[in-house]
Amino acid sequence: MPSFASTRAPRETTGSSSADAVNAPTERIRANSANNNDQADIMVRAQAGDHQAFAQLYSIHKKHVYSLCLRMVGSVAEAEDLTQEAFLQFHRKIDTFRAESALSTWLHRLTINVVLMHLRKKSLQLNSLDEMMEPTSDQRPGRSFGAPDLTLSGAIDRLALQRAIKDLPAGYRLVFVLHDIEGLEHNEIASLLDCSIGNSKSQLHKARLKLREALRNRQQQEGH
Amino acid sequence: MKESVNNLSCAQFQARLPELIGSGDNIADHPHLRSCNLCRALLADLDAIAQAARQLFPVEEPPDALWEHIESAIEHEGAAQER
Repeated sequence: MPSFASTRAPRETTGSSSADAVNAPTERIRANSANNNDQADIMVRAQAGDHQAFAQLYSIHKKHVYSLCLRMVGSVAEAEDLTQEAFLQFHRKIDTFRAESALSTWLHRLTINVVLMHLRKKSLQLNSLDEMMEPTSDQRPGRSFGAPDLTLSGAIDRLALQRAIKDLPAGYRLVFVLHDIEGLEHNEIASLLDCSIGNSKSQLHKARLKLREALRNRQQQEGH
Repeated sequence: MKESVNNLSCAQFQARLPELIGSGDNIADHPHLRSCNLCRALLADLDAIAQAARQLFPVEEPPDALWEHIESAIEHEGAAQER
């Protein structure tokens, strides 16, 4: 068994950050290709039990995994726990990874599953997943028969939107983040959340309405 | 009696929106939207929110100590498997 006692996760030497520094498109393609080859080589070594290689993979992918967890749960402490769990699962399942798929895509999906499992367990402790997916009446968006002066005016305040997303009821936030930020299709979300495609679409609409309501309230408070 | 989709008020149309969106129909073609600036503005706002959200979240760095926790947990699992 390898010793883990003093292994440091190295600074990123492969991955997107080094590619960003390369400006010419052809050089960028070559750099990406080299990075992919590097990562494939690191992955092979990690699959063979090289702990240093696994530490390198952690360094390359940690920001992506942590940021995804943070967006989905909205809490730093939970995001740290979930990032740890995602990398532990990655380590346990490393032999099942096949080189045909991109590691980042595979890890992205694995992380989403880890977060969903966590939310399911949490919702079982608090209430049912259905309840989480369908918030209470006071959490739902209000009707929006706004006069023209109430419609959103001008640019959207990024910080206000970020805060409003964080404050969304868990079920709304989940569908909104998976669809509008992570770019998953409704059929994928329905499959992940074990709900109908129609339910996913309808939840997304309600989430956006709730965000609009929060932004409009803020605009009104600021006297727009 | 079936309510005519052409005579929906904004309140009725907006109450039906989640269901209409969930059905997969193209709501841009809905008769109410063709004649209602308010509801078109509402949907434009929702699209703007979705687009703004895509560019929102910065990539965050986890704390350095997290790797030590992961490393320790991997070591612990390895030791447990050997027993």
